[in-house]
Amino acid sequence: MNVLLTLAVPLILAVVGICAVFGKADIFSSLTRGAAEGLMTVKDMFPALVVLFPAVYMLRASGAIDALAAFLQPLLSAFGIPAETVPLALLRPLSGGAATAAAADIIKTAGADSLAGRTAAVMMGSSETTFYVIAVYFGAAKIKKTRWAIPAALCADLAVFIASAVICRVMWG
Amino acid sequence: MLMGVIWTGMILAAILFSCANGTTAEVGEAALEGAQAAVDLCLSIGGVMCLWCAVMELMRRCGIADALAKALRPVLRLLFPEAARHEDILRPLSANVSANLLGLGNAATPMGICAAKGMASLGDGVTATNELCRLVVLNTASIQLLPTTVAAIRAAAGAQQPFDILPAVWLSSAISVAVGLTAAYLMQRAAK
Repeated sequence: MNVLLTLAVPLILAVVGICAVFGKADIFSSLTRGAAEGLMTVKDMFPALVVLFPAVYMLRASGAIDALAAFLQPLLSAFGIPAETVPLALLRPLSGGAATAAAADIIKTAGADSLAGRTAAVMMGSSETTFYVIAVYFGAAKIKKTRWAIPAALCADLAVFIASAVICRVMWG
Repeated sequence: MLMGVIWTGMILAAILFSCANGTTAEVGEAALEGAQAAVDLCLSIGGVMCLWCAVMELMRRCGIADALAKALRPVLRLLFPEAARHEDILRPLSANVSANLLGLGNAATPMGICAAKGMASLGDGVTATNELCRLVVLNTASIQLLPTTVAAIRAAAGAQQPFDILPAVWLSSAISVAVGLTAAYLMQRAAK
């Protein structure tokens, strides 16, 4: 199991490579084209991050995040949710960039393999920028009455917040 | 507009709390530190991001995404019975879900919009149909199998195994999809 984990990335590369050989894809040019697209993804993320990181850093330095966490402490400890992740949960449905900034900050300060760092990573990896998705889809389909789409999507977001904290506590707590 | 309000609110809250807590010096420093941290993050995740995007592009090119889209069709017929009767909606719909699973965000959104437009045309054009609500809920819950950005951030922060969070991410995603779809179903029933 451990060998499988350490070799996970090389194995994925090998499996995709083999599939591509049989699928008769132009492997090398596909890879380089994809890598160029990866650079574009980072480039597209960068302007939002450079503007949002200072806001997240200032909030943390000011003690506002600690105050919010202290205020919510009784609720958080009932579910075993790390207090640091509260700003991430609040920003997640609204802005992908702000959530990335908040998650990266938690992962860096608490440590990538700490419970708070892992919880932040799982929250980030298992959720989407809800309001952005809703705006894009309903905007494109010209829908005015969204009915229960927003409350249902927010239920799912709340579930992610609680579930990732509980799962991480059980697996690594 | 919303983002601007949130951003300004964050800055104002930081200033207010810094005055109250006597942390003005730290906050002044944090503003500049944060900007540099964004540059550091983008540079440190760049390599991993490019490698994964390369692998994902290869997956798309060699037909893994198409094969997955085909395999998903029976499940989607259960979830979207009305839309599935129209081949021109089912095709982008299955491509959307397959691209979401593989983390091909750039391919998922246009396909999803195409499916959403098709579903909207089955209703009155202004009100979201039950199935359109379901599609949006499915897209607001992340079903990505390999959360690459977050793994890249973990790798940059020195994680032992950046991908060891995968089972937790899958479980949490599954719970999120289940809760979202159940909530949509219950609200649909209650609205009747």
